[in-house]
Amino acid sequence: MQHYSVFSLARNAMKHHEDWHKAWRSPPLKEEYEVVIVGGGGHGLATAYYLAKEHNITDVAVIEAGWLGGGNTGRNTITVRSNYLYPESAEFYDFSLKQYEILSRELNFNVMLRQAGLLRLSHSHHDVEMSRRAINAMHMNGVDAEWLTREEIIELAPGVNVSEEARFPIFGGMNQPRGGVARHDGVAWGYARAADDRGVDIIQQCAVTGFEKAADGSHLVVTQKGTVKAKKVALCVAGHSSVLAEMAGFRLPVTSMALQACVSEPLKPFIDTVVLSPDAGVYVSQSDKGEVVMGGGLDLYPSYAQRGNVHTLENIVAGIVEIFPKLRRVKLMRQWAGIVDIVYDSSPIIGHTPVKNMYVNCGFGTGGFKAIPAGGYTLAHTIATDQPHKLTEAFGLNRFETGAFIDEMGAAGIAH
Amino acid sequence: MHKITCPYCGERSEEEFKYAGPSHLERPIPASEVTDSQWAEYLFMRDNIKGISLERWGHIHGCSQYFNLIRNTVTHEIYGCYQMGEQPPEGWQKLGDKK
Ligand SMILES: Cc1cc2nc3c(=O)[nH]c(=O)nc-3n(C[C@H](O)[C@H](O)[C@H](O)COP(=O)(O)OP(=O)(O)OC[C@H]3O[C@@H](n4cnc5c(N)ncnc54)[C@H](O)[C@@H]3O)c2cc1C
Ligand SMILES: [Zn+2]
Repeated sequence: MQHYSVFSLARNAMKHHEDWHKAWRSPPLKEEYEVVIVGGGGHGLATAYYLAKEHNITDVAVIEAGWLGGGNTGRNTITVRSNYLYPESAEFYDFSLKQYEILSRELNFNVMLRQAGLLRLSHSHHDVEMSRRAINAMHMNGVDAEWLTREEIIELAPGVNVSEEARFPIFGGMNQPRGGVARHDGVAWGYARAADDRGVDIIQQCAVTGFEKAADGSHLVVTQKGTVKAKKVALCVAGHSSVLAEMAGFRLPVTSMALQACVSEPLKPFIDTVVLSPDAGVYVSQSDKGEVVMGGGLDLYPSYAQRGNVHTLENIVAGIVEIFPKLRRVKLMRQWAGIVDIVYDSSPIIGHTPVKNMYVNCGFGTGGFKAIPAGGYTLAHTIATDQPHKLTEAFGLNRFETGAFIDEMGAAGIAH
Repeated sequence: MHKITCPYCGERSEEEFKYAGPSHLERPIPASEVTDSQWAEYLFMRDNIKGISLERWGHIHGCSQYFNLIRNTVTHEIYGCYQMGEQPPEGWQKLGDKK
């Protein structure tokens, strides 16, 4: 692997940038692998990386239907945080955030983590009480959180509508200082490059179309580029989890929905923090390029169309203008949607499936970007040892039978 | 924006409707004999079809009636509707095929 540094940058600048190596190979699909990972989003690529790094399993292929990160990973609004209510989630997501904090160095790839805080506005007395409760829960779970007064919010998030007459008056807010943003495709590419460096084959433009059984009990993964034998298979396909599960003969408690986002034309930097208003149903951050990144809630019904509804977009924009009136005249530049995997209790499913030697990572729904390091790390453990990782014991499929849900909807309040 | 035809009110904007889960889920009985895994199948496991799907919809901001819709989850095309308690018309799986 060509090491990236300020010196390599200078050296390559001298050579007119014509000497950079490819960040990863594009090898042909072999006939057999120890592990095949379906889906080259963040979770699939991170799983491959940690299999190689932590478990020395390098006979691995990541098979991606489109291009790396072209699913939800490259469509997400890049918020990272660990402000969850329940201990299981707090431990899992804070582990993930800690991995993010060391990721650029670990992968030798700048994932552009910017921890300028994640501010959740409170617009009513009830909301103030809920936020204070969440802050207490976070403190008990060892996660950073602080209460900000209206005055402190004016300082931290210039431009928010603090008028007394506002439709959503601001009573204060809950901030996670370690929350923030990271670059989405940087995370996918960083893991891909580091996994490739350790011997993982990354196969793009190759959809998996079915599963069969070999005589020796291995899986046969049928793809557009031929059939591959694999001792173990991991499904990391987010919104397409039910489709892949059906190919393998089981069902999942997942519903696929469209989640939209949009960006404005670039503006001069005016805000560092991610600002979220559960009541207005929106959240905002400003990208390094200056675009205002805006998102809201889910579309209204199940969908596999990566498009999104007009009125949901209208709601997002209306909410943004309530919270940031000065963005009223700003033009929208792009809008898009991803197909997210919604689960009853808004918590992920990581671990075993009813099929032997087949594992799944799904159910992250609207918020799995922040979980990529932890999702990959724990799934790699389960693939290597056939045991749940300590952090994901509570996140197995069996909770839908036992009823031991981790209902985070109330905690998160809004999709992001 | 979509128009959905409510069998009672006619063509209305999609915002007036609510998706209310897949059609034809049968609650297992008798409750005392239903196992945990049967409950899980009924309550949570979903086909989550990519393609033509039979769904319950409610015209909640209209007449409040529920009905079944035959809808394509990829193209968002709607092929028709039928009443609660009825079975889908024969050949519904092929409704998307071009004539
Ligand atoms: C608009 C939007 C905003 C979001 N904002 C945030 C946010 O701010 N913070 C946050 O934490 N999360 C956010 N999320 C959620 C986050 O993007 C996802 O949870 C996360 O990216 C899931 O990663 P993944 O690797 O599991 O899935 P994906 O990145 O979707 O990767 C799955 C891959 O599987 C591939 N695939 C599918 N079928 C097949 C097949 N048959 N064969 C081979 N490959 C296949 C797909 O092409 C895709 O590349 C957002 C999502 C959206 C859509
Ligand atoms: Zn009606």
